[in-house]
Amino acid sequence: METKHIILILAVIILIIIPLVIYAGKGEEEGYFGGADSAAEDIITEINPNYQPWFSPIWEPPSGEIESLLFALQAAIGAIIIGYFIGYNKAKIELKSQS
Amino acid sequence: MHVMEGYLPPMWCAIWYILSGIVVGYGIIKINQLLKEMPEVKPLLAVAGAYMFVLSSLKLPSVTGSCSHPCGNGLSAVLFGVPITAVLATIVLLFQALLLAHGGLTTLGANIFSMGVMGPLAGVIVWKLLRGKINSTWAVMLAAIAADWMTYVTTSIQLTLAFPGEDPVKTLMIFLSIFAVTQVPLAIAEGLLTAVLWDKIKELRPDLLLKLGVIDESEVPHYTQAVETGGAE
Repeated sequence: METKHIILILAVIILIIIPLVIYAGKGEEEGYFGGADSAAEDIITEINPNYQPWFSPIWEPPSGEIESLLFALQAAIGAIIIGYFIGYNKAKIELKSQS
Repeated sequence: MHVMEGYLPPMWCAIWYILSGIVVGYGIIKINQLLKEMPEVKPLLAVAGAYMFVLSSLKLPSVTGSCSHPCGNGLSAVLFGVPITAVLATIVLLFQALLLAHGGLTTLGANIFSMGVMGPLAGVIVWKLLRGKINSTWAVMLAAIAADWMTYVTTSIQLTLAFPGEDPVKTLMIFLSIFAVTQVPLAIAEGLLTAVLWDKIKELRPDLLLKLGVIDESEVPHYTQAVETGGAE
């Protein structure tokens, strides 16, 4: 991990924290931190009040808990593959330099 | 960037399905070709797909006060090009449509077109323009920012085409203010993160990047010297 990478990761963290600080104390009830996807949904119904979605999801996570389970699963699947790739190749290089 | 299930009229669902279908079909052929010619890049293909999995599951807050997620499509676009990225995006979007009710089956074509075609295309264009002019790390960072952002601009255009309202320009501005403005800091964050992962890949497997032709040997002098002296495989 070079200094450059630490700075880059810190910058990512700062970018994510800034909105949390700006809108501190505000919540979903006041219209903050909602998803952009559902905001677009609201606009569509505003522009076309008569529009009826003609298809609904065949399955929906029954609760927010289950939804977060599946989101965490999605992230975990991705993270384990990336971690495996990095760890495997790093160990391979280290073994080679030892021999 | 997910257009919700049922929120596009059937005609537009069909149009985006056809356009994306062509690219995804071509992408499947390209993946088969790639894995036949260079089976050793398979782990890197998995990493590119996995990166999209991780990033599109992270819904981050933005300065507009709403939340959205990055896409991870820029890395794959630079490494493997648009068609293969479209295939990887399809896998991610199917997972989210079937298990998370994010996006949907009817809008899958539209969502692939934004995340798998237009976004990656913007990434590839930025990458091609900058390649060789600046260090590949920064070129990848800017390509990832462009890919992420263009994905959301495309979604805004798609929604405007389907729901122009009385004044299409005004409608486009509304959708852009929701998607494209929210996305600016998130796209930058994705760019920075992609740069870190890129450097890791470059450090650990420069051979794969050389083989794919995305960097040239001047970028990894240590590695090429080691090969010449027989120090590496």
